[in-house]
Amino acid sequence: MFGVLASMMDGVLVGAVYGLAAIGLTLIWGVMDIINLTHGAMIALGMFGLYLLFGHLGLTPYAALAPVAAGGFVLGVVIYWVAVHRVIRRPPLMSLLATFAVNMVVIGLGTAVWSTSPYNVAFSVPGITWHGFTFTGAHILAAISSVMIAGALYLFMRFTRLGKAIRAVASNRQAAELMGIPSNQVLAIAFGLGIGLAAVAGGLIATLFPFTVLSGDDYQLKSFVVTVLGGLGNPAGALLGGLVLGLIEGGVTPFIAVSWTPVIEFVLFVLILIAFPQGLFGRRAER
Amino acid sequence: MRTARKVFATVVLASSIFAMGTTAAAAAGGTLTIGFTVSETGPLNVDSLAQLHGFELWRDQLNAAGGLKIGSSSYQVKFVTYDDQSKSERVQQLYSRLILQDNADFLFSPYSSNLTATAAIISEQYGKVMLTTGAAEDKTYQLGNHGLFQMYTPATHYLSSAMAVIKQKNPQAKVAVAYSDDGFSKAVAGAAKEEAKRLGQPVVLDEAYAPGTTDFGPIINKMISANADVMVGGGHYADGATLARQMYDQKAPMKFVCLLVAPDSPQFASLGDAAIGISVPSQWEPSAAYKPDFGPDGAAFGKAFKEKFGAEASYHAAGGYAAGLILQHAIEKAGSLDSAKVTDALNATDATIFYGHVKFATDAQNHGLQIGHEMVLAQWQKKDGQLVKEVVSPAAAQTAPLLYPLH
Repeated sequence: MFGVLASMMDGVLVGAVYGLAAIGLTLIWGVMDIINLTHGAMIALGMFGLYLLFGHLGLTPYAALAPVAAGGFVLGVVIYWVAVHRVIRRPPLMSLLATFAVNMVVIGLGTAVWSTSPYNVAFSVPGITWHGFTFTGAHILAAISSVMIAGALYLFMRFTRLGKAIRAVASNRQAAELMGIPSNQVLAIAFGLGIGLAAVAGGLIATLFPFTVLSGDDYQLKSFVVTVLGGLGNPAGALLGGLVLGLIEGGVTPFIAVSWTPVIEFVLFVLILIAFPQGLFGRRAER
Repeated sequence: MRTARKVFATVVLASSIFAMGTTAAAAAGGTLTIGFTVSETGPLNVDSLAQLHGFELWRDQLNAAGGLKIGSSSYQVKFVTYDDQSKSERVQQLYSRLILQDNADFLFSPYSSNLTATAAIISEQYGKVMLTTGAAEDKTYQLGNHGLFQMYTPATHYLSSAMAVIKQKNPQAKVAVAYSDDGFSKAVAGAAKEEAKRLGQPVVLDEAYAPGTTDFGPIINKMISANADVMVGGGHYADGATLARQMYDQKAPMKFVCLLVAPDSPQFASLGDAAIGISVPSQWEPSAAYKPDFGPDGAAFGKAFKEKFGAEASYHAAGGYAAGLILQHAIEKAGSLDSAKVTDALNATDATIFYGHVKFATDAQNHGLQIGHEMVLAQWQKKDGQLVKEVVSPAAAQTAPLLYPLH
């Protein structure tokens, strides 16, 4: 019994990070109706960003999160102006292909620089032991960081002028422009925010597990499941979706072989799409 | 007339120079090309690069000593290699290329049973001799192949010594078996489960995981829930090192842990305290003192390796060097580069080298399977504040007593 509870707790801790990763994806969808296929590559860049800052500059992984997020934001703004800006309001296939192309370029460059060999952030934080089961400090800190970053994003979107401008553009771009909001700049900032969140989620994942330049793909797929659970375009729902996905993973693994977990996840993905196309938390979506 | 004489003299001179050139080339012998792929990138790169270093040391020493001798001719050994990126689909393309475009005379295998199984299809298709190292799964050698020769002890014998040690220390030990879902690891784990059953030890967890797994938390929780006393399994370097680190971080209370492959790499010491007590079935350890029939002894190999690469030789490196040495011996015995004659010489091989005894099965059912070589059990221990790998079994080769229990 304690084993099942411990596994579920572990699932929730990792699920919070899945949620943070998915917020970046869902924010971009919610604001500009674009499915960002650079998401996985940006998660991988976040992993390597943290690895380099930790390994070469000696920053602690948690101190390195801020520059990783800032770097992700700047890169996101650049990608927006280079590849995304021209395909907004065009058929969805255009933006899918544009972001997929950027993804391939980043993965290709990443493979040339780092190869596809595994890397690891060798940093340990004492954990908490409960009935013989230990929750590592890295898992606990990653979950706390994810919730704090998601909370900060919520406050930013809710109470700052820029956050309100992003929501206004997401809600009705023409009306926002009539109110004097420079929608192109706002969209660029929103895209940068989404990429920054993906990068910082990648950084946190790097503190938990080893990674390669291709690891982002796994978390991109999980982000799709999470966003469908939480409702596409709903950042708060994404965090909840991540927690639910983690809880499900943790809840089923004591009873089935771990290698069956992806099967469960994607069956769930299809079922939710059929039964709740707006996601489990979609009705409360804010656009 | 004078012009005709000049032309005649030129032709004679040119012919003489050409004849001298060919005579010199015949005496020198020329070049022997060995082709293989290396996992320079991807999850198998640590073990594969160690194996490559073993091949390279053998080649460089041989070439420096005048090359491979066949009768009065000497051949310089040349390698043609490609990065297979740890992917079997790349192996299929590249071994075809090595044979058809690069005209490799002989082949070495890639690293890992999975990649070697793919390479073996190509080498057999073109009738090439391929020495395999880093490819322990038995199944590959039980398909009626003719030119495949295995240097490693087969996978089904990998954990025999570990299971014997567990039985000796705790006859009632509850065993957790968690292993990578690939051919080699499954074969090893399958044999370990059979052995546990034979020895009357309950297997309380039997879990396969995807080769690319990075989160072992759920499996470790299962081990703890099942009250396992000992854990055996793993796969290759990337997953094995991660599993060891996460077991340490999650304070898994195992009394004994034996992982495949990963702990043999000197790089495993980078895990720090997480490495202490982790044991590994090893094809070769520097401390193993075999009296070689030919080639260097273990100390000379280890010293030369350290001088060239600045690191201790792992068993993957030793396997690479040993494969070169055995191929060289067979070619020299055959006195020919002809594949059929070299195959006969390899079939007749029954020798001890620094790596241990080497003998290949010659019956049609298991042709090429290694039947002479025996493994040792090594364990990471802390000595004078330094992490060192000690041989703990068998008793004859022991350099330190087994650290048991770990918790």
